[in-house]
Amino acid sequence: MSDSAGVKDVQAGKAAETKSAGDIELSAGDRQKIVTPEYMFFEAPRERAFITGSEAAKEAIRRSNVDVAISYPITPQSETMQQVGSLWAEGYVKEYFRGEEEIGVMSAIAGSSRAGARSMTATGGPGLMRGMEVIASWPGGRIPAVLLIMCRVVNAPLAIQPDNVELSYLLNSGIILFHGENQQDFFDYTLKAFIISERPEITLPVAVAVDGFFVTHARGYVSMPSKDIKLPPRDPYAEAVPTMDNENPPARLSRDAPIQKSNFISYQVHASWQQEVWAANERARRYIDKYMGGLIEVVNPDAEIMLIASGSAVSQSREAVRQAEEEHNTKVGLIKVRSLRPFPTPELRAACKHAKRILVPEFNCMGWLHREIVTALYGYSKAEIVPGPRVYGGMSMPTEMILQTIFPEKKFVF
Amino acid sequence: MSLKNMTITPGWEKYMTKEYIDLVERGPYGKQKKVSEMGSFKEILEEHPMCAGCAMTLFIRLTMVGLPNPEHTILIGTAGCGRLALTQTSIPFIYGNYGDTNAVASGLKRGLEVRFKDQAKDVVVMAGDGGLADIGFSAVMHSWFRKERFTTIMLDNEVYGNTGGQESGMTERGALLKMAPKGKLFDKMDMIGLAKTSGVAYIARLTPTNPTRVASVVRKAVMIAREVGPTFIQAYTSCNIEYAIPTPKVLDDARDIESKRYGFMEIISDEAKAYLDSIDTAKKAKKE
Repeated sequence: MSDSAGVKDVQAGKAAETKSAGDIELSAGDRQKIVTPEYMFFEAPRERAFITGSEAAKEAIRRSNVDVAISYPITPQSETMQQVGSLWAEGYVKEYFRGEEEIGVMSAIAGSSRAGARSMTATGGPGLMRGMEVIASWPGGRIPAVLLIMCRVVNAPLAIQPDNVELSYLLNSGIILFHGENQQDFFDYTLKAFIISERPEITLPVAVAVDGFFVTHARGYVSMPSKDIKLPPRDPYAEAVPTMDNENPPARLSRDAPIQKSNFISYQVHASWQQEVWAANERARRYIDKYMGGLIEVVNPDAEIMLIASGSAVSQSREAVRQAEEEHNTKVGLIKVRSLRPFPTPELRAACKHAKRILVPEFNCMGWLHREIVTALYGYSKAEIVPGPRVYGGMSMPTEMILQTIFPEKKFVF
Repeated sequence: MSLKNMTITPGWEKYMTKEYIDLVERGPYGKQKKVSEMGSFKEILEEHPMCAGCAMTLFIRLTMVGLPNPEHTILIGTAGCGRLALTQTSIPFIYGNYGDTNAVASGLKRGLEVRFKDQAKDVVVMAGDGGLADIGFSAVMHSWFRKERFTTIMLDNEVYGNTGGQESGMTERGALLKMAPKGKLFDKMDMIGLAKTSGVAYIARLTPTNPTRVASVVRKAVMIAREVGPTFIQAYTSCNIEYAIPTPKVLDDARDIESKRYGFMEIISDEAKAYLDSIDTAKKAKKE
């Protein structure tokens, strides 16, 4: 690696410290060089690997300077937190344990994050639902942490197959929520999630979701910087609320929780606190623009028919866009939604101004993204907003299904 | 919070309240106060909104005197009467979700250990019988099985006091309470036995009848949790409202219950005992 201005060599200093301290051996994590987020994201030379989504998550965690990782198995997530366990055994993650179940895990994350430690966990489907009481309280606790979500069916009858209905439950929680399309997104969004989560003006948890199996268990090309570098450590003293480590005055939130009182002041406290959580969520936009290339990506911006999708539905839509052009001589546009919270309302309004027909392919039954888009575009677009196509319960989405919705007069077999 | 952070910036003394100045100058931080000194120093908990005559409040006050290092202690609680007092202590207090105390404490303690290699940070859970034995049961048991290094103190009033008097797992069989209209149909949960089975390093059962003992038990429990493993204190802290105990008779009731079924009990592991002995030996050597 070149001696770029962005690279801070702390190894020399660390080694000297260690020497004077005696016989402490440097861990693998200690031997990594700390680099600036910008260097890690944009400048560091990258090499391409053909790996699964779970492995992409592992490689992101390896470079994220994580203090505490807490695991609990659930299909299709288990492999990721197993691999994070290996990172701990190798010395890339400082502390790791298997919790008792998801309420315990999400609560322990709230504890370790309050201790000022960079903290992460992963779950999916019923695990997310079980942890939801706690997860929904993280934003109000102003807990910076990263939650990886590998979506699967949550409802009865029991199934482990991909279906992303669970993300709809997070939309009103205050958590920042990204939805990755593929293995590369999973790697990049995870690294960036830590930095966005810990920004002083944000100080919120960030969830990075991908669709289970399609991303977690399938291989894709992922270009990654060297494993010899890592992100700068968390600086808890720069964040929006004090860390509970007795090294700074404690947060008044704990001492004067609104529940202690029933009067208009306590209602006002709670109301303004909620407003501030959502304002902080909106402030993430700046960093999503800076680090992730914006809340949306637009393909064929001038097309009159637009597909809007997130997650694996984007990949299928990309292919449908190609087939529509090459086989049916029609230019179809595509908007990939990277960030579900904050939601790209102004971006979608601008990108859909000229659209006559909007289709929303989704991997869930009730169509939460469709509802979000209808709400965002109401009064700003005259386009017909088609609810679908949709698959769920583990089904895959053939591109013919999307083409059938684009060309209702034609007949596709799928 | 650490004394260094409490100390008033020179020039600002006149703007601070009397209570704050007293806390810095005459508080228990940086020195171990005794129960017999109560009234002569600014306590960590003085004012609170608890009911008149509440035994739980007395117990919490004594606990605060017993903490070996309050300036580096973080308290964790959950829904229940206890947190009404705990939020008024001059110690950082985390009030999370229902029944999450021992899971939060596990993460907090480990996070603090990662960040502070040379400064012990004591984590103390104080929650009710419902919070620990019912809704938080799984987190409590697993924190013990994992040998998490913090102290769990159960404020056992044998009822859901804060929600208006419902039966809990720690209620005595037969007690007539809300949600137990025919009297409780099963026995009080044996949390002491469960603590023993799961390998808790130090277990104590007591009532607030002996204030010095409360402070001493708390001190031992926190010290052992710091160096050896999980510790558990189960304290009878009656609810005089739901059990209709006349306010002046609260301590009489505690003495009565103590003599019948809540006698002082201490279970200490060999390792914990050896650790306490080593502290005593070091203390004696220092004196000589």
